[in-house]
Amino acid sequence: MRSRDLICGLAATMLFAAPAFAQVKPPKHYGSPIAEADVAALDIDIRGPDGKGLPPGQGTVAAGEKIFAEKCVACHGEKAKGGSQFGAMVGGIGSFTTNARVLTPGSMYPYSSILFDYTRRAMPMDSPQSLTNDEVYSLTAYIYHLNGLVPADGTLDAASLPKVAMPNKDGFIVDDRPDTKATRCMKDCPPINN
Amino acid sequence: MSNKDMPTRSGPPIVDRMREAPPSADRRQFLRSSIAVAGAAVATGASIGGANAQKLEIPPSNKEPGRILEPKVYGLPSKYEAHVKRNRTDVFVNRQNLSDWSMTPLQHQHGIITPNGLIFERHHAGIPDIDPAKHVVALHGMVKQPLKFTMDDLLRYPATSKFHFIECSGNGLTDWKKNASKTVQQTHGLLSCAQWTGVPASYLLEAAGVDVSKGKWVLCEGADGSAHARSIPIEKMMSEAMIVYAMNGEMLRPENGYPVRLFIPGWEGNVSIKWLRRMKVGDQPWHLRSETARYTDPMPNGKWRQFSFAMECKSVITRPSGGMKMQGKGHYEIEGFAWSGNGKITAVDITLDGGKTWREARLEDPILDKCLTRFRYSWDWDGGPAKIASRAVDSTGYVQPTVADIEKSRAIVGFVQHHNAIFPWSIEPDGEVKNAIA
Repeated sequence: MRSRDLICGLAATMLFAAPAFAQVKPPKHYGSPIAEADVAALDIDIRGPDGKGLPPGQGTVAAGEKIFAEKCVACHGEKAKGGSQFGAMVGGIGSFTTNARVLTPGSMYPYSSILFDYTRRAMPMDSPQSLTNDEVYSLTAYIYHLNGLVPADGTLDAASLPKVAMPNKDGFIVDDRPDTKATRCMKDCPPINN
Repeated sequence: MSNKDMPTRSGPPIVDRMREAPPSADRRQFLRSSIAVAGAAVATGASIGGANAQKLEIPPSNKEPGRILEPKVYGLPSKYEAHVKRNRTDVFVNRQNLSDWSMTPLQHQHGIITPNGLIFERHHAGIPDIDPAKHVVALHGMVKQPLKFTMDDLLRYPATSKFHFIECSGNGLTDWKKNASKTVQQTHGLLSCAQWTGVPASYLLEAAGVDVSKGKWVLCEGADGSAHARSIPIEKMMSEAMIVYAMNGEMLRPENGYPVRLFIPGWEGNVSIKWLRRMKVGDQPWHLRSETARYTDPMPNGKWRQFSFAMECKSVITRPSGGMKMQGKGHYEIEGFAWSGNGKITAVDITLDGGKTWREARLEDPILDKCLTRFRYSWDWDGGPAKIASRAVDSTGYVQPTVADIEKSRAIVGFVQHHNAIFPWSIEPDGEVKNAIA
């Protein structure tokens, strides 16, 4: 899907950039060999479309509600409706065709595991990467429940999370710019009229 | 700026009404008070401009020794330049202090290089404090041999240095359809330019034995509290991406990624992952929050454009610009910046009548790939109302569009990225220069 773009990018590089790093090759390589296992603690990414990287563990909507009340509500507000620092994390489904698009995990994420990845890497803001995997699964279940995507008695784990159906799954198109065709008019041009 | 900052300029001066700012005041208080102080600045400017001819006297600095050299010191700007500061976003105000941004005072920049203390900032969880002696960059995933690199390892490679701009995809997002901002720092200040020094990313990927026919994307991740990450196509990683540890001759500043960052010329700033700690090669993009729910562009019919990496050709007049005041009719030097994430700038045109007629500006050397380029145009202002703007053309033939041009294909709704439209300033009969985007 990216090929056209990438080909354009490469062409631009070849035409306009002085060959980026030309001819120079390092005389020798540095860095030390490691095993994949050595990176395990840092290897936190989850791949959206298939949930690759989701860890063992599980969490329920009910457990997520308790953790949210303890660690999240101060910034995100009751039932994630928006709080002192951040806007709503619920609602917005169906809003993208209006002039007030409301971006929430429920309305925006094309893949359900994105919420797990982001919560684990960045939340809570004052203590990121402090939650257990069970806590992250629970919060994910709770937030998606508030968005009507997981039932009240729902449980999520590595197998079930990627199956949560996301309303915006087909909402994205890959970069197809340039998408404007301005010309270099010099005289008797239409005025800039935004 | 006041007159005395511009001794070599002929003709009437432009007074920067935003010159005086109270030190470290509360931000909202600053916004209120700056307007009042601006009036004082104009009065000062007017009195200097009206100086009578008189004999020049020997200045006091000729009659006494200056301050002594300190044994060791990091030099700082003159106290008379204290008004030149990076400003936290004050048009779009965030309700917390960690995921925020600050903007470069482009109206005060000379030449094409932004000083290190003025490079714009965008952080997602504040500025980490990282000891370079303990920092490691891991490279793993679809490679023959996973590797880790210490800072010493990276510094042993032959270095390369490149001049490039960096621009946030959100630059200008407050000013698509309304005149929300006053100054060019507010409208365009998520833009800076530096000489970046480091190692081609291809060196590290080749050292690990990457197979570019299989490993098509590289996840790059930061060591900050948000572990900010993006998926980058392997072609860009192998052709132009750099693992950067220095800018403008010194090691990176903490807020710009110390001790090491990714740098991807011409692409939106957030892909140039600061505080780089990990690169993982994969066969497809990850579709992280930062490349789905954020850093995507609203499109018609409720859609979103994804992986819109390139910062397209753009320009803006920085002088005269919003918040300045022209001091009477006469000759003025219009100047500004043009840049393109897709190549070099080949031409910049200037309009003085709101877009009806255009004439070519002078480009100032050097004109470099994916780098700020200065343009200039000599203008005899007749003292009447005017609407001035610049329009850049790049080496792909792309011509900078208007907002109306962009709106033909995109939805300008909400928090909209990639504003590269022509940006007009109006000159009022009293000389006030104002935002005229809407």
